[in-house]
Amino acid sequence: MARLDRKNSPRRIAVVAFAQLPNVRRDTEHEETELVLPVVNAALEAARLTRADIGFTCSGSSDFLLGRPFSFVSALDALAPWPPASESHVEMDGAWALYEAWVRLQCGDVDTALVYAYGKSSLGDLRDVLAQQLDPYYLAPLVPDSISLAALQARALLDAGGCSERDLAEIASRSRRAALDNPYAQVRKQSDVEELLAQPYLVAPLRKHDCPPISDGACAVVLAAEPAAHRCSERPAFITGMDHRIEAHSLGARDLTRSSSTRTAAEHAGATGRFDLAELHAPFTHQEIILRRALGLAPDVEINPSGGALAANPMMVAGLARIGEAAMRLSRGAGRRGIAHATSGPCLQQNLVCVLETD
Amino acid sequence: MEPCAVIGIGQTQHRARREDVSIPGLLREAAMRALSDAELTWKDIDAVVIGTAPDMFEGVMMPELFLADALGAAGKPISRIHTAGSVGGSTALVASHLIHARIHRCVLTLAFEKQSESDAMWALSPTIPFQPQLTAGAGGYFAPLIRAYMRRSGAPRHIGHLVAVKDRLNGVKNPYSHLKLPEIDLAKVEASPMLWDPIRHLDTCPSSDGAVAMVLSDAAGAGRTPRPPAWIHGGAMRSEPVMFAGRDQVNPRAGIDCATDVFAQASIRNPRRDLDVAEIYVPFSWFEPMWLENLGFCEPGEGWKLTEAGVTALDGDLPINPSGGVLCTNPIGASGMLRFAEAALQVRGMAGEHQVDGARKALGHAYGGGSQFFAMWIVGSDPP
Repeated sequence: MARLDRKNSPRRIAVVAFAQLPNVRRDTEHEETELVLPVVNAALEAARLTRADIGFTCSGSSDFLLGRPFSFVSALDALAPWPPASESHVEMDGAWALYEAWVRLQCGDVDTALVYAYGKSSLGDLRDVLAQQLDPYYLAPLVPDSISLAALQARALLDAGGCSERDLAEIASRSRRAALDNPYAQVRKQSDVEELLAQPYLVAPLRKHDCPPISDGACAVVLAAEPAAHRCSERPAFITGMDHRIEAHSLGARDLTRSSSTRTAAEHAGATGRFDLAELHAPFTHQEIILRRALGLAPDVEINPSGGALAANPMMVAGLARIGEAAMRLSRGAGRRGIAHATSGPCLQQNLVCVLETD
Repeated sequence: MEPCAVIGIGQTQHRARREDVSIPGLLREAAMRALSDAELTWKDIDAVVIGTAPDMFEGVMMPELFLADALGAAGKPISRIHTAGSVGGSTALVASHLIHARIHRCVLTLAFEKQSESDAMWALSPTIPFQPQLTAGAGGYFAPLIRAYMRRSGAPRHIGHLVAVKDRLNGVKNPYSHLKLPEIDLAKVEASPMLWDPIRHLDTCPSSDGAVAMVLSDAAGAGRTPRPPAWIHGGAMRSEPVMFAGRDQVNPRAGIDCATDVFAQASIRNPRRDLDVAEIYVPFSWFEPMWLENLGFCEPGEGWKLTEAGVTALDGDLPINPSGGVLCTNPIGASGMLRFAEAALQVRGMAGEHQVDGARKALGHAYGGGSQFFAMWIVGSDPP
C-alpha cells in the first residue's frame, strides 16, 4: 500500500534545467565520457550551478548497448567527481534515475540533484540486442526481435478495433511534423498520410514510420527543491507526482491492448484533471494510442510537441528526455500543467508517469 | 526523515554452481526466507529494489524485466541498481531512501549473481579504447595496489594469509557459506599456488551463485515485527573518477569521505570503540588491513598490526567479517548486500554460531570498480 497519509507534506521539487545532444543515427566519434560531458555542462550552466553545488547524482544507461561491462564507470568521469560525489546508477532508462534522485531529494538533506543518461543504440543490431531482455530460459532462445514483438501488440490492437492503420500513419505524420520545430530530433519532415500508407510493411502490420528510428544520444536534467529551485529557474516545473509500475514479463500473461501499469502509475502520481501537454515515450505509433487511453488524456491535450520517440529514440535516454522536454515547454510558458511518461521492456512492460506543473 | 529498519533477512545456500535453480528460483529462495523472517507475505511489499553487477555476468540484459513475475513485482514499482561491486550496498541504500522519504512503508530489496550462467572473468576483461586491457580479471587489477600497500606500511607477507585463515574459519560457522574449509591453516595458504603476486589461491574469493534479500520497513512496521529489527543509523555512497592523477587507490578518498559521512550520521566519533562489529568487503585477504585504515579504525600503516594481533578475530575486540565475508562467499552483485545484511543480523542478535556477543552497532561496507565506488551503512539494535 502506498503511503497517502504523509506525516509531512512532500518537498516541492522541480525540473530546473534540461540539455540534450542532437540525436543522430550513428555517432562514431564519441565514447561515454564525451557524450555525457557536454550535456552535464549545459544543464548545470542553465541551472546556474556548478558541480560542487550538486548534492546527489544519478545516471541511467545499459552495458548491453555499449557491449561492455561497467560502461557507466567511464561516463562518471564527465562529472569530474573530486572530491568524490554522492552518486548512484540505474541500469534503466534515465527517467528511473530521475525518480531515484527525486526520492533522494524527498529525504530532505540535499537540495539539488543531477541526472543524466546516454545510449548508443547504433553499436549492435538493436532488434537482436533488445531480444536479450527477454526471459533467458523460455523466450530469448527464440530471438523474437523488438519490432516483431511490437507488431504482435499492434495486431492485437487492430484486431480489437482499437485503431486503424490510418490512425497509426496519422500519428507518425504528426510526430514528424512536430519534430520540424525540434532541432535535436532525428526524423523531421512533412509526411503525407496517403504516402505513408502506400509504403510496404516492415513487420506487418507495422510500416517503417510506425517504428522508432535508431538513435544515439545523451541528455541531462537538474532537479532542485524549494527554495533553491527559484534561484535555478525563472519558472521551475514542479514535479507534483511521480510513480512507476511494472507488469508481468510474459506477453501471454498480459492484455497487450491495454497498459495497466501506466494506469496504476498515473493513479499513484495523481495524474488526473486537465493537462496542457503530454510527452509520451511511445516508440511505436500504436503504443501512443494505448498510452493515451491508459492515461485518460482528453482529445485536446497536445501530444509529443517534441516529436517524441518516433522522431528520436536513443535507448536509455528517450524516457528522461520526455520529462526534460515537457518541463522545458512548461518553463517557457507553453502551458501550466503537463504529463511525461517513460517506458521500458517489451510491449510497454514497465511505465513511469510524472506530473509537472508551473506556479 | 522517517526511520527505517531491517525487519527480514534471507540468503541462499551459496555454491559455485546452483544448477538446481534458475535465476528466479535463486532469488525466490532468498526473498521467501526474508519474508518468512519478517512474517510477511508478498502482498505486504510496496516496492522492489534489485541490484546486480554487469548484465554480462549472466548474459541477460536488464534482468529485472523478466524477474518481475518471480519477485511478485507485477503491479508494483521495481528499480534496478548497478554501481559495480558496491551495488549490493547501494541497492539497500536506495531501498532505504524510499522509506526515509515516506514514499513507501515496506520495501523488498535483493541482490544476486549467478556466476555459473556466464563467465565473470571474460566479462571483466573487455578491450576498451584508450584503456589498458584487463586480461587477468579483478585479481590482476588489485594485486599492484596490495604491493603498494605492503611497501608503504612495511607489512610482512603473512598478514594476508592470516586473514585468509581467519575468514575461512569464520565461514565454517556460517551455514550459508560457499567455502567450508575447516582444515585451513597458515601453511596451507602459503603453499597454495601464486595467482597474482602476492595473492595466492587461498587469499582470493571464490566465484559463487547466490542471492540475498532484506525487508525494510518504516517505524510503524518495525514496531509490529515479531523479531528484533536492525535500525539504520546512517547510509552513504561516494564515487571517484577513473582518470584522475590525484587518486590514491591504496587509500581512496571516496572511502574516507564515505566513512566520515556515515559515522557523522550515526554519531560515531571513535569507530574502533563505538562499533561492535564490521562486515567489510574483502575479496582479497589483504584488503582487511587496507580497509581498516581507510575506514579510520586506525592510523595509516597500522591496519596490519590489528590483524596480526587478532583484534579482528571473532573473539577480538573489533571482529571483522564474522560471517566469513567475501573470501568465503562471492556472488559478486550480492556480496555488498550480504555485508549489509550480516551487519544487520549481528545487531538483531540472529547471527547464530558467528554471532558477536552483545553486538549493538555494526558497519556494513561495500566497494567496487577500481576501489572507487563505496557504499556503507551503520545499523543498531536501538532506534536512531
